[in-house]
Amino acid sequence: MTDQKEIVLRTDSLSKKFGALQVTNAVRLALPRGCRYALIGPNGAGKTTLINLITGQLKPDSGSIFLGGDDITGKSVSARVRAGLTRTFQINTLFPDLTPLEAVTLAVCEREGKAGQFWQPLSAHGAAIDEAFETLKSIGLAAAATRPTRTLPYGQQRLLEIALALATKPRVLLLDEPAAGVPKDESAALFEVIAALPSDISVLFIEHDMDIVFKFASRIIVLVAGGVLLEADPEEVRTDQRVREVYLGKGHHV
Amino acid sequence: MNQAMSANANVDTARQWLKRQSRWSPFEIVFWLALLLPFFLFPTYLPLASQIAIAALFALSVDLILGYAGIITLGHAMFFGLGAYAAALLAKAGWSEPLTGLLFAGVFAGLIGFITSFMIVRVQHLALLMITLGLGVLTLELANAMSWLTGGTDGLRVPRTWPIFNYFRFDLWGYTSYGYTLAVLFICFLLSRLLVNSSFGLALRGIRENVKRMPAIGSDHHRHLQKIYTISAAMAGLAGALLAQTTSTVALDVLSFTRSADVIVMLVLGGTGRLYGAIVGAIIFLVARDQLAGINPQYWYFWIGLLLMVVVLFMPKGILGFLSRLAGRRDND
Ligand SMILES: Nc1ncnc2c1ncn2[C@@H]1O[C@H](COP(=O)(O)OP(=O)(O)OP(=O)(O)O)[C@@H](O)[C@H]1O
Ligand SMILES: [Mg+2]
Repeated sequence: MTDQKEIVLRTDSLSKKFGALQVTNAVRLALPRGCRYALIGPNGAGKTTLINLITGQLKPDSGSIFLGGDDITGKSVSARVRAGLTRTFQINTLFPDLTPLEAVTLAVCEREGKAGQFWQPLSAHGAAIDEAFETLKSIGLAAAATRPTRTLPYGQQRLLEIALALATKPRVLLLDEPAAGVPKDESAALFEVIAALPSDISVLFIEHDMDIVFKFASRIIVLVAGGVLLEADPEEVRTDQRVREVYLGKGHHV
Repeated sequence: MNQAMSANANVDTARQWLKRQSRWSPFEIVFWLALLLPFFLFPTYLPLASQIAIAALFALSVDLILGYAGIITLGHAMFFGLGAYAAALLAKAGWSEPLTGLLFAGVFAGLIGFITSFMIVRVQHLALLMITLGLGVLTLELANAMSWLTGGTDGLRVPRTWPIFNYFRFDLWGYTSYGYTLAVLFICFLLSRLLVNSSFGLALRGIRENVKRMPAIGSDHHRHLQKIYTISAAMAGLAGALLAQTTSTVALDVLSFTRSADVIVMLVLGGTGRLYGAIVGAIIFLVARDQLAGINPQYWYFWIGLLLMVVVLFMPKGILGFLSRLAGRRDND
């Protein structure tokens, strides 16, 4: 282990089956504070499923999940988010008719427990609106803040996925293919945004483009057929024979 | 509509933009002033106007859950009827003061709404329709079976409501009735308007837009849904109480499935998710019924059905949605 830092998120032999298919197989992982980890693996390896298990969209068959030392295995999705564990989605999961400003303001209000207040206008929550706007500005969405989400270009919608997650003030941020569907030149810019996220947030991102993975990840977890094949530094992954076979072997030059 | 904002947007414009979304437009003021016209122009239609105000309040209560939170219901007459019976029974017990009666009915319907909300928030789509329909039918049959209390199919005669503020007597022509129902509608509208423009209203739109994302931004959205369902049930109860107090009769039809369905028709005609659709829909529906029933008492619903189909096919956002699109197009030209 190169990292002696405090572990913020840990899973303990997490397993899940869909029928006979073992999609998650005794996965152990540990994310230190402020890390930038990549989760890679071929299509159908179970990456999204693993995130669904960690964030509570799916219930594991066995195993446990710890956030900052607390067992959160039985908690609801929203309770995990409020505890600081947030994700984004591989396929846009946004609010089409809300503007980014409204959507992010909503996330801020939810975090502060103000979203149930029906007796004063939204404009009374000035601090939340300002924070939402600053969040949008910080990832380059200021100019799009008041346009309905459905009218935004796809790349900006991907950024909004991240902005919504940031508004929950996560300790751990799990990004499921943040650049999915984004042209290659744009996806580098998108990852610059991710690299610039506050340094105390632990980030685990899924990404298929190995150039990006090697550039932005300090450590890489390789998932194959639901199990962790290898967890290592980029250099080691680059040269590992098994990884070459299952993953890089498909004509990818490193 | 033209919502473009310059690229050098800053925090101030963000705040202002959000504020602008809830500003009163001149159309709204004209609209409410126009609702006073029956007093002067059509005094013979005041009883109809009261019926419209009551139906509009009921439709408004449904718009809060259907138009804003995306909860489809086929049983909301349940709360309308509970409110009507609550007010009627309180009056029969010897207390005919209108405002406390109204409050009593609203609280009672809201309480039942809160209890049933635990069931409502757990289901969606067809299951939700069936649960709301089932609860509505159940309540109707219960009221029928408890005829010692509800008067069963004969209905209840409600003692005459006392003057409002001990001053405004309920007159035969319906001046007080319309003033009263319109005032309650207006107050509930103001509260609804505040609600939909609040952070809570934003959360409801979030639920309607993408319920799957809500937990992922940390929202306990079931609680939001329970809250709006309770508020909506209370408001439907107020509408039912107004009917009992202004017409002095309550029959089982206050709980009927037809009432639950009609209110949805009104909303779809007017346009959901914009509050005014409830009022416009109620006006169109009840005026059409009044006029058409005069021409052809048996087949008036045929025309409503036709109108409904035309609106759904050609104005998917209701008549108000259609008008605002026309206005928006003109703005942009
Ligand atoms: N709800 C489900 N029910 C049944 N099978 C599922 C379900 N979700 C995923 N699977 C299957 O589990 C396997 C893993 O899917 P998952 O989406 O986790 O893969 P992934 O690694 O994220 O793939 P990709 O890189 O394509 O996003 C796949 O074979 C998929 O078909
Ligand atoms: Mg995936």
